[in-house]
Formats: sequence, C-alpha cells, structure tokens
Amino acid sequence: MRFETIREQALNAWTDFDAPGKPRILVGTATCGQAAGAGASLDRIRAYAASRNLADRVWEVGCLGLCYAEPLVELSQPELPRILYAGVLANDVEPLLRGYFERGDLRPDMALATMNGAGAAGIARFADLPMIRSQVRVVLRNSGIISPGNAYHYIARGGYEGLRLALSMSPEQVIEEVQASGLRGRGGAGFPTGTKWELCRKAKGEPKYVVCNADEGDPGAFMDRSVIENDPHSIIEGMCIAAWAIGAEQGYIYARAEYPLAIRRLEQALQQVRDMGLLGSNILGTGFNFQIRIKKGAGAFVCGEETALLASIEGRRGMPHSRPPFPAQEGLSGKPTNINNVETLANIPVIITRGSGWYSRHGTEKSRGTKTFALAGKIARTGLIEVPLGTSLRDIVFTIGGGVPDGRQFKAVQTGGPSGGCLSAEYLDIAVDYENLAEAGAIMGSGGMVVMDDETCMVDVARYFVEFTQRESCGKCAPCRLGTRQMLRILTDICNGRAKREDLDLLEEIAHVVQAASLCGLGQTAPNPVLTTLRYYKDEYEAHVRDHRCPAGQCPGLLRYVIDPEACTGCTACVRKCTVNAIAGKKNQPHVIDQETCITCGACYAVCRFHAVTKV
Amino acid sequence: MQQQLQDVFDRYTGEQSELIPILQDIQDVFGYIPSEAMSETARFLNLPASTVYGVTTFYAQFHLSPQGRNRIHVCQGTACHVRGAEKIITAIQAHLGIAPGETSQDFEFSLEGVACFGSCALAPVLVVNDTVYGKVTPAQAVDILEALR
Repeated sequence: MRFETIREQALNAWTDFDAPGKPRILVGTATCGQAAGAGASLDRIRAYAASRNLADRVWEVGCLGLCYAEPLVELSQPELPRILYAGVLANDVEPLLRGYFERGDLRPDMALATMNGAGAAGIARFADLPMIRSQVRVVLRNSGIISPGNAYHYIARGGYEGLRLALSMSPEQVIEEVQASGLRGRGGAGFPTGTKWELCRKAKGEPKYVVCNADEGDPGAFMDRSVIENDPHSIIEGMCIAAWAIGAEQGYIYARAEYPLAIRRLEQALQQVRDMGLLGSNILGTGFNFQIRIKKGAGAFVCGEETALLASIEGRRGMPHSRPPFPAQEGLSGKPTNINNVETLANIPVIITRGSGWYSRHGTEKSRGTKTFALAGKIARTGLIEVPLGTSLRDIVFTIGGGVPDGRQFKAVQTGGPSGGCLSAEYLDIAVDYENLAEAGAIMGSGGMVVMDDETCMVDVARYFVEFTQRESCGKCAPCRLGTRQMLRILTDICNGRAKREDLDLLEEIAHVVQAASLCGLGQTAPNPVLTTLRYYKDEYEAHVRDHRCPAGQCPGLLRYVIDPEACTGCTACVRKCTVNAIAGKKNQPHVIDQETCITCGACYAVCRFHAVTKV
Repeated sequence: MQQQLQDVFDRYTGEQSELIPILQDIQDVFGYIPSEAMSETARFLNLPASTVYGVTTFYAQFHLSPQGRNRIHVCQGTACHVRGAEKIITAIQAHLGIAPGETSQDFEFSLEGVACFGSCALAPVLVVNDTVYGKVTPAQAVDILEALR
C-alpha cells in the first residue's frame, strides 16, 4: 500500500474519532487507570452508551500522565465544551453522563479541565493546569490523546512520517541528524545515541541487530510501560529508523513479563504495521526489509544491563560480561547490535520529522531535549510528566507535582532507582540534567522520582535498595554478590537498633569497594543509595545507632504502637481494623494492644479518629 | 504430561534461544515447572539438564512447585515501599500464615513480593490474579483476600 493511501485512511479515521460534531466518551484504561477502578467505570459507561445509541462513540485511550486523578473520563458533545472528569468511579458514571448528555450539566465539581475551545466557567483549561503548563511533550505526544490500539490514530498525528522521510535519506544522513539533535540514551547512562548508531553502522560483521530495551526494572519508574501502553507505534517507528540507519534487518523488543498490557499492545501494533507494509519485506516499496520480534523477560532486574539482556535473548542466564567488546561490536550471536531504550526510540521519529534543530532547542548545553519523569511517593500529583532537561527539581516536585501532601515536610527526592541517590532539600534548585545529578551523587537513571517526607526513614530507604540489589545480584562477581549482602546485614542491624558506631564506617568502606570493584552497572551503582543517605542524613543513622530510635517512626524493630487510655473512647474501630486481633477492649472502655501479637502494621493508627493510638 | 509437553515443543525449532519462551509456555500449562518438564526440555534442546535448571532458577518468574488457586502479588517498588507495602505484606502474612514465596497448605493462596509493577502513582499496589488494586491499606488487603474464599 502506498503511504499516501494509508495516510488518507488514517485521516478519515481520525476525523471520525475527533469530529466536534459528534458525541464522544474517552476512558483512560492504561494500567494506572485500571488500578484506580477504570474497568468497572468503563462497564457502566458502555451500558449507558448502549442505551443512548452511542456504543460506537466510546473509546479506550491511554494515560494523560495525571495518574493521581484516575479514573479519567472525557466527555464531548456538540454545543458543549469537551471536559475531562477526574476520579470517575463506577457509581459516579450514571449521574455524570446523564447530567452531561441529557441536561447539559457540566458538573464543575467533578471536572478537572476543559479540553478545547473557549472553556467553561469555573473549570480550568487543560493547558493551564499546574501539572501540564510547563511540560513539553515529545515522547508523550500521543499519550492519552489517541486510542493506542488504533494505528490510524498514530498515523493521522504524523506517525510513520519520520520513517518515510528517513527512507528518503541515506543512513549516514539519518545518523548525522540524530547526532546533531544531541539526544542521549534515556535508559540512564546518557551515551549519545547518534554516536552509538555510528559505531554499530561501522562495525564489521553481518547481520546486524537492533534491540529495544523495554526491561524497565527500576522500582519507582514507569515511563517505559506508559509509553508502550499509550503509544506503541512510536517505538516501532523509532526501531525501523534505527535499523535503516545501522543496516539491520532483524529487531527484538525485550519487554518485562510484569507488563502484560504493554506486551499485548505491542503485539497488536506489530501486526497492524505488518498488514500495512510498514514493517516486513520491501517497506514502502524501498527495498528495505526489517522484522521485529518480542522477547518476554522472566523477572531478572540485571537483564536491563545490555550484555545480560543479550544473554537472556539467547536463552541463557542473564549474566553480564565485561565490556569491551561492546554490543555495537559483538552483540547478539557475536554480531554488531544496537541497543536503545524505549524512551530514546520514541524520540527518534520526532527528531526526523521536526529536525534536530527543533529538538536541540530544548534542554541544556550537554543534555538536549526533553525527559520524562515518573512522579511517585509522597507527592500530591503522582503521574508521568515530560519537561525540558534543565528544569529545576523544585519546579518538578512543587510546581508540577504539587509538593508533599497531608501537610508533611519534604525530606528527599530519590532519582535513578537502586542505582541512584537521595537528594535533600538543599538540592531542590539544581537544574536536572545528566551532569548535575551525577555531581550531587545521584543519577538521571531512567527517570523515576520518588518523593519522601518526614515520615520516611532514610536508613530504611537505603536498606530497602540494598535488599533489592542484593536479591537481584546475579552472583557472577564477588564484590557485588558478597558486598551487597554485608551491606544489607549492617543496614538491617541499624534498622533494628543492634548496630554500633563503628558499623557506619565499615558500611561506608564496603560501599566504596563494591562501587570500585563490581563487574557491571548493577554492582557499581548499588552503593549509591547508601552513600548519598550517609552523606545527607547522617543524623538519622546516628539516632538509630546511638539512641536506638527511628526519628521517622518507621523501622518496625524500633517501633511500638500504644493506646493512650485517656484519649481512647472505646469506639472499637481499631479492634475491628486490627488484622491480627492484637487489640483487646470492650465498647466504651479503653483498648489495649498486645505487643507480642502486634505486627506494627499501623492499621489502628490510621483508623483512630481521637489520636489515641501513638507511636513510641 | 508427555503429550502436553510435546504440544509445547511442537511450536519451536529446538534452538537454545527458545529456552525461556518454552519454559514460559510450560508454566502457562502447568502453573509451575515440573522437574520432569525440565529434563524433557533439556532433551528437546539438546542441552545439559543443569543448563535448563540453571536458567529456570535464575529467573524469578519461574516456580518449581505448584502455586495456589489465588496468586497474590504485593508490589515492593520504591513508591509502594515508602507508602507502606511492607505493612501490607506483614498483614497478609499474619492473616494467611504464609511468607512471601510460599503457598498455603490448602493451595488457596500463594504470596509473592514483586519488584515493581510500574503503577507507582497509585502506590501501594496489590495484584491478585491479574486484577490491580491501587492505594491499598493493610486492612483492605485482608478484606480483598477474604472475599476470594
């Protein structure tokens, strides 16, 4: 099929989808929407739509990144503004839809924003929302706007135009364009993408391979899942362009098994472009051949490391080997292999269509372009954002993310997952780019940002990360295998109030050895969370060691819940909530917690309305 | 079992790069990887049984023993951790009497901690039989499980 024909069909499909003259209901059903209950809401919406003869006007879309407000539903009808509603649970559906469609009631109390035109009284415009205002969406250009199961939607918004253009350029020209854009690897290490492609293009050996690293393992990071679920074609198009540039005919997407929806979306998208002739043999009649296969991971964090990933594709244990040789020289089956992360690839089509000049206008001198960040933890507006590199941490956490909720105090922001570090309030004004984060002791990583407040124990956070890396260490090299285990032992002792002052020095010493001597990135960066917390939160470590006290009131070994008999009204709320029946007491009489049975889950603390349950 | 294994092998050509997909298919059929299936896979791929065992045990996804009717996954990602995932595990553990990685004696429940589901914005997250629950409290977690009995 000619591209013009495909594009014409796509524009027709888009007009049908987006026509202002027709009613329309959009429901966000990415993983975050589903976790918030979008599935049940969708059932009710479909039932209502069927009763009004609107069944074919209901669409499932991806995630706008406003995950805190899920389930999100957008309603549209001629003569009325398009409105995005937040927190639409199953029971809200009928009153909301009846009001909007039958009485023109805009329900400003549930509305988050207007999506088009003049707006409506008392409802903010989408582009003016504090979470949206300063974003520049390149990677997220289609997220939540198109139906991810519909290839035509992607194409109508400029999709595969980058591939068409790239195929009219020479591979060298494509590589030059990517180099000129200044794009650096978004998986974390930040290696210049164009240079990587050039190395692979020039490497001797045939065939060559392109691999998309979709093994997003950093806990606290979900941008790759989101990009795949919401806009799978952007990655496929990026891979096709990469394959043309380096001269590959076979590609693999290595995706985490924990992301079933993302894998389904990819399979569906691959089939669609094969059917259209945008993937496979003789793509768009140019003689260029390229195939893509999906490889499902099997639950091993270390497989995000590129040499381990290749071992896993080959059916072996995912153990890294030392580099060189780099995969660009000797990768899959010993052949030159170009490995890029999901977000990196999603940038490529835009760089080709809008040009490297446009792309490199965003960002800082050494860190060009935009970066997505996953905001999570103790932050008011959790979700997924994309901002120009160089945006300050303060803007990200407070202006966009809305700061720390429940009146608590900001303590730290953790970037870069288990390889990253925790940055304290004094770093809030740094401009976020690869260099500045590394200088502060953290790393960019894949872009997870977990905010911590005064109820988060930083020693426990360090212990948490080391427990993670210790569990995920593949065991090949001794510094990582043994070092993480010893660090974990010391940190566990500290959290339980069993450690001595000297243990802090020993912990730091081991951390430096593991950092210097480990084989791959997993071990080399595993000590980062320990070293940054030791650097910025030494007082918390000392409180655990010296006073056997956890200042944040989190470490279970140093924590007890007790009930103040004066404040207790004997309402039995905590008795009923206790998951292990550890609370005794009759109605209207003070209750008592049996410390032997208590598992310090905090259910009583959370439920008590009289502040009678206290931590000691 | 022979026939079921053969059905799986029929979809493959017998190269080592197919080992992980084969094990994933076997687990889809049996719910775990029986030891006999490992030996048969080794024979099919012409690999030492130790290699197949090594790969099976390397990846967290594969189970070597039968799993419960209801599979409980508690997310242990960073966001879930700082929002109290540990307390959810402790509560479920106390309620069902099984630790992460274990299956209850009546094979009703298996409990597992999982690195990260990527639903961090709705932490803490609990996944029971592919249904994702966001912003869960320890007490709610126990209620969700009781409703499955």
